[in-house]
Amino acid sequence: MSFRARHLLGIEQLSPQEITTILDLADRYVDLNRRTVKSSDALAGLTQINMFFENSTRTQASFELAGKRLGADVMNMSVAASSVKKGETLIDTAMTLNAMHPDLLVVRHGASGAVNLLASKVNCAVLNAGDGRHEHPTQALLDALTIRRAKGRIQRLTIAICGDIAHSRVARSNLILLGKMENRLRLIAPPTLMPSGVEHFGCELYDDMRKGLEGADVVMMLRLQKERMDGGFIPSEREYYHRYGLDAEKLSFAKPDAIVMHPGPMNRGVEIDGELADDINRSVIQDQVEMGVAVRMACMDLLARNLRAERGRAAVGTMV
Amino acid sequence: MTLHFTNARLINPESGTDEIGSLTIDNGVIVALDGDAPVGASEVDCGGHCLAPGIVDIGVKIGEPGERHKESFRSAGLAASAGGITTMVVRPDTTPSIDTPEVLEFVTRRAAEARVRILHMAALTKARAGHEMTEIGFLLDAGAVAFTDVFKVSSDTKALSRAFTYARSLGALVIGHPQEPGLSVGAAATSGKFASLRGLPGVSAMAERIGLDRDLGLVEMTGARYHADQITTARSLPALERAKANGFDVTAGVSIHHLTLNEIDVGDYRTFFKFTPPLRSEEDRIAMVQAVAEGLIDVIGSFHTPADEESKRLPFEEAASGAVGLETLLPAALRLYHAGQLDLPTLFRALALNPANRLGLPQGRLAVGAPADLVLFDPYAPYLLDRFKLHSKSKNTPFDGCRMEGKVLATYVAGQAVYQG
Repeated sequence: MSFRARHLLGIEQLSPQEITTILDLADRYVDLNRRTVKSSDALAGLTQINMFFENSTRTQASFELAGKRLGADVMNMSVAASSVKKGETLIDTAMTLNAMHPDLLVVRHGASGAVNLLASKVNCAVLNAGDGRHEHPTQALLDALTIRRAKGRIQRLTIAICGDIAHSRVARSNLILLGKMENRLRLIAPPTLMPSGVEHFGCELYDDMRKGLEGADVVMMLRLQKERMDGGFIPSEREYYHRYGLDAEKLSFAKPDAIVMHPGPMNRGVEIDGELADDINRSVIQDQVEMGVAVRMACMDLLARNLRAERGRAAVGTMV
Repeated sequence: MTLHFTNARLINPESGTDEIGSLTIDNGVIVALDGDAPVGASEVDCGGHCLAPGIVDIGVKIGEPGERHKESFRSAGLAASAGGITTMVVRPDTTPSIDTPEVLEFVTRRAAEARVRILHMAALTKARAGHEMTEIGFLLDAGAVAFTDVFKVSSDTKALSRAFTYARSLGALVIGHPQEPGLSVGAAATSGKFASLRGLPGVSAMAERIGLDRDLGLVEMTGARYHADQITTARSLPALERAKANGFDVTAGVSIHHLTLNEIDVGDYRTFFKFTPPLRSEEDRIAMVQAVAEGLIDVIGSFHTPADEESKRLPFEEAASGAVGLETLLPAALRLYHAGQLDLPTLFRALALNPANRLGLPQGRLAVGAPADLVLFDPYAPYLLDRFKLHSKSKNTPFDGCRMEGKVLATYVAGQAVYQG
């Protein structure tokens, strides 16, 4: 067992061994989730609060289900609608919740680094469910699990990440994770959606999608983040689809057994052809959703073990 | 009262010398260098420590009017005196802006609370909105030494050209913030690998070059006297060099933070390292130090910007920019001396002589007849900086917990000791 972290704030802080530990445990939770009786008591008695400062349906549902299957008491707070509008600061909101003694805090926030800030102020385990354009670690982990199960390994693969890389925390976390696992990474995007300085990240850059897809084992599509754009990054959606939308013709440049991934929600006909997205021989998009629950169960389980161990040590300390 | 400083390491930025000697002051002015002690003079044995002209700091933000809980003239004066700063040239980006003679008169009265000299800058345009020029003539008469909209950059170039032209006719100094406003919208970091890794909205270093090019174009067009508040990227230097070579009345400054820190210092979203403009790459930092050494960049300032704890305890993008710097300017600048990058006379040329000359002040030099505004400091005294021991009301310094080398022992304004450490 090699997982010592107190929080899961990003992939950046994880070692390859820790990533493997999470994936191995998640594999076991996939099996559990496929049974009729899906409950475990790994988080029994613990309180999990989902705090979403940005609207989310899929990620929040996934975390909620993961917590409930592990026996935690789960509470959802859509903070986007409440106290923040009354002028309360992030830290005050966090302190208020902290006083209710949660054990696991799942946080999504629109500002990069906000979850790190919050984690420094509370004494429970914090899971980053996406902060601004920074990281979305559970997404990268579920993508890794999906790839590992489809390809049999998560090393030495050629992986193309395509689309709105500049605005994507999913791309950041995936880049870091897949890089740590020693894969060959390619980024495909119009230059306006390529983050600056990305040439120092150790990946190959393409603005021609067909060239970028050549020989790829995995094609990871990203959603065009219209809500994060302040205008003028691409001329139009139809031109974007023509040059960067994934369809069968462009996919034919990748390996014949290449898998197609997408973190969802999809803009069909903008970044991906609808039919291709539904092609069960190529698309693993539904598997990603399934792996998402298992990976989040594994992350929360591991964090809860560390939390219990830490509290145990503290209790022993006070008795001596 | 006559004071005779002996056994002093005299840092003379005019002559570029750094030698042991003595200095005599009487009645608020320097009366002799290396002279005999006059009869009745009190002797101050400097113990071989450095005696230099007091620092003239252009670009200090005081919270008056509007934000006195962040900094008052009194608290800033205490901090300045403890930092060896004898003249603060304060910014008009207050609430309201200092854009009328009436507001200027108010702050001039309030400034009497400070124990160091205070000079005021006024806004170049009304409410610093960039459209209509202020009453530059009246403001000059009321004592404004320069005109600036501080960090607000107007995209109304026509209005600016008028303000520059009018300022030129009165001989007023215009201070610009070279930054292309469109490119820098919403930026919290310098775009590049670090900003991308941290997911922070970035501004290209080129935005500064484009802004500087625009301002220098206006200078060429209008003949205005111009000072760029902060040049922080290597890309801006050729444009600045060209303008100086072409004989335009142009000077430039840089903040001490851009000389001693780089973007990596932001680390895990540390908001005390958020500045306007944002911290740059290490290559840029080195280029700026070099430019100060060569004299291409004329002035080093603290750009003292007090911010309360609440405005810094926020996610990085939302947090306030800027740091307090009055007390840390000299010790931070001494890092460049200890690193062997700048000698002390060069340092004080940028800290005292050049800013004084730019504003037409008699300060900033060790010369007979010059005001006795002096700082006595031990450049080698080591200590750990504790932000809660700063005299400023606000404690937002990036140097908290850092090992600093260099302590002010005494500060004199017009011959009076205003600080003794």
